[in-house]
Amino acid sequence: MSTPASDDALWEAVADPTRRKLLDLLVVRGQATATTLTVDMPVSRQAISKHLVLLQRVGLIEAHKEGREVLYRVREQGLAEATDALSEVARRWDRRLQAIKRLAEEAHYEETHAHRS
Amino acid sequence: MSTYTIERAVDIDAPVEVVWRTITEPDQVLRWFSDAADIEPRPGASGTLTFRRGGEGDPSVVNLTVVDVDPPHRYSFRWNYPSDAIANPANSLLVTFTLSPVGPERTSLRVEETGLDALDWPDEQKDAYAEEHRQGWQTLADRLEKLLAPTRD
Repeated sequence: MSTPASDDALWEAVADPTRRKLLDLLVVRGQATATTLTVDMPVSRQAISKHLVLLQRVGLIEAHKEGREVLYRVREQGLAEATDALSEVARRWDRRLQAIKRLAEEAHYEETHAHRS
Repeated sequence: MSTYTIERAVDIDAPVEVVWRTITEPDQVLRWFSDAADIEPRPGASGTLTFRRGGEGDPSVVNLTVVDVDPPHRYSFRWNYPSDAIANPANSLLVTFTLSPVGPERTSLRVEETGLDALDWPDEQKDAYAEEHRQGWQTLADRLEKLLAPTRD
């Protein structure tokens, strides 16, 4: 299922420190508007809105309306999927390194064996 | 400054030259990385890796541009950027293999994957979040896991 390219959007979403900070704030507060989130961030409200849209698109947060306000909150399922996907990337490199190890050790064995025979 | 780094390492009972060939030679790459490889270990060379998903559906083709070739010590490439683009620090992930001999027949191999540079982050504010920039990829995964905990109460 997972190829290196398929996690791109998620990858990009959480690689950014501003978006990680937003996720942090949303977890702590439960829910918040873009305006109140801006108070704690060193970037503009416009930038925050863009980050929220991106986080929403990859399923890490969700938005709902209360009166005239749009409230954002963390999507638990989205975070769980993100955690799995990120761990999978590290595991994938472990598997590749193990394969390189096996191939190189086999090649070395064959070379030294050939020299000695 | 990159926003995350994955770092993995392994010790291999083979000389550094043998490990180098395993990592860089296209016919070897097919045995540990992708199902098809159109690459050349030359700085600036662009190519593709093809991954088949267990024989089902369309294969996934990933772009790759070789950055650094310093045999038998260092090999790096950028990958996972859009097919119509040229690889740069903002649109791709940088993979670096570092090979260090730890004996005549033993090599320490380290791989690092880093990206994406936070280009939209104003300079004067970078220091404030420098610590977060330095956090490793695995650290982020750990942290996401911790973030999950309170929402499960």
